[in-house]
Amino acid sequence: MIRVVLPYHLRTLAGIGSEITLDVADPPTQQAVIDELEARYPALSGTIRDPSTMRRRPFIRFFACEEDLSHEPPDAPLPAAVASGAEPFYVIGAMAGG
Amino acid sequence: MSGVRLLVGTAKGAFVLTSDGRRADWEVSGPHFGGWEIYHMAGSPAEPDRIYASQSTGWFGQLIQRSEDGGRSWEAMGNQFAYDGTPGTHQWYDGTPHPWEFARVWHLEPSATDPDTVYAGAEDAALFKTTDGGASWHELAGLRTHRTGPDWQPGAGGMCVHTILIDPDDPDRLHVAISAAGTFRSDDAGQTWEPINRGLRSAGIPDEDAEVGHCVHRITRHPDRPDTLFMQKHWDVMRSDDRGSNWREISGDLPSDFGFPIAVHAHEPDTVYVVPITSDSLHYPPEGKLRVYRSRVGGEEWEPLTRGLPQENCYLNVLRDAMAIDSLDPCGVYFGTTGGEVYGSADAGDSWQPLVRNLPRVLSVEAQTLA
Repeated sequence: MIRVVLPYHLRTLAGIGSEITLDVADPPTQQAVIDELEARYPALSGTIRDPSTMRRRPFIRFFACEEDLSHEPPDAPLPAAVASGAEPFYVIGAMAGG
Repeated sequence: MSGVRLLVGTAKGAFVLTSDGRRADWEVSGPHFGGWEIYHMAGSPAEPDRIYASQSTGWFGQLIQRSEDGGRSWEAMGNQFAYDGTPGTHQWYDGTPHPWEFARVWHLEPSATDPDTVYAGAEDAALFKTTDGGASWHELAGLRTHRTGPDWQPGAGGMCVHTILIDPDDPDRLHVAISAAGTFRSDDAGQTWEPINRGLRSAGIPDEDAEVGHCVHRITRHPDRPDTLFMQKHWDVMRSDDRGSNWREISGDLPSDFGFPIAVHAHEPDTVYVVPITSDSLHYPPEGKLRVYRSRVGGEEWEPLTRGLPQENCYLNVLRDAMAIDSLDPCGVYFGTTGGEVYGSADAGDSWQPLVRNLPRVLSVEAQTLA
């Protein structure tokens, strides 16, 4: 069970609370988590990754276990603490704008 | 009883304004999608309670929302806007080749007869179409792949398809306008396109009367006279009486012929509205006076409409998609400002009232006349 924390606008878009849990096959990866997230909440499709390139959007970051995982390969296994549910996987909207 | 619904897209959400046929009192709902840019909303003429909205941010990309109940509730639809084939390049601001990259949908134009068919004008400039109510979108690539496409260059706001006109006599006849490429026409449902910019002169490009490269801000027409088109260009207000094949200037006695929106009266095909802006460098009304100008003779002779509009210290702008007309009698005229006001006139422009103030920067206004 993977715990996922989304930024405000994506929570509002999907109509969900501050943290959700997802069933993702072992070993969980960024790609598998986002795939499952989009499958369960279709309104989020394309909001985290550009749908044409499947790359992380420039103003999105992935954090977990006090580390920035944004530049890890999408198919790299997530930290064990995320895989076990001890720590959440954070999808972050970059701080910017007015 | 008849009524009017205004669909107001802003930089921080969507708002829906409703009134009865007297158009004296307005109810405001929103923000819908608070914090998101709503470049445009459009209702289906065939099913007015079906409304499409273009929702986007730089963080999370593009979404398309659809309402079946006049804007009370919404459902996210398909948001994959993929260019057909290998996109190639257009010119960047510095003149170098730049790959076509989808940024957002500027304008949605629903079919007059089929609520599931909608055209979407995109940045970087391309035309998309859905025939399943927004579930999926496909590019009409003949526009972007036009032989002149590699020479197109963005305006300061981006290189966007911002205007889409469907001919009321033949839905296969389409006009689009692109900043800063110009105006294009298709007679075969968007498969092939012809640049129609003859008569335009633009001092800001090396060849003032080039085939493409003109910063057309908006085109419009009256449904009873589809051969006549009106254009607000970067500078110059223009008119064509042959479906865009040839244009002539009708700026006449306007205090400035720079501006963004242009609209036509619902019942008088020769009555046209513009909002003059000081210049391309000063995006606010001349003398700090917000004046809509109306020509009742198809251009050249214009009268200022000021009753109810601020006539001092007014330094806002009215963007290209932020003016709309209802079809009651007398027709209503509406526009939204970058200062967050929506003004309305229930007497074809003779007098105005603010319908709502202090909204975010208004990007678009559409008017639906309800039975």
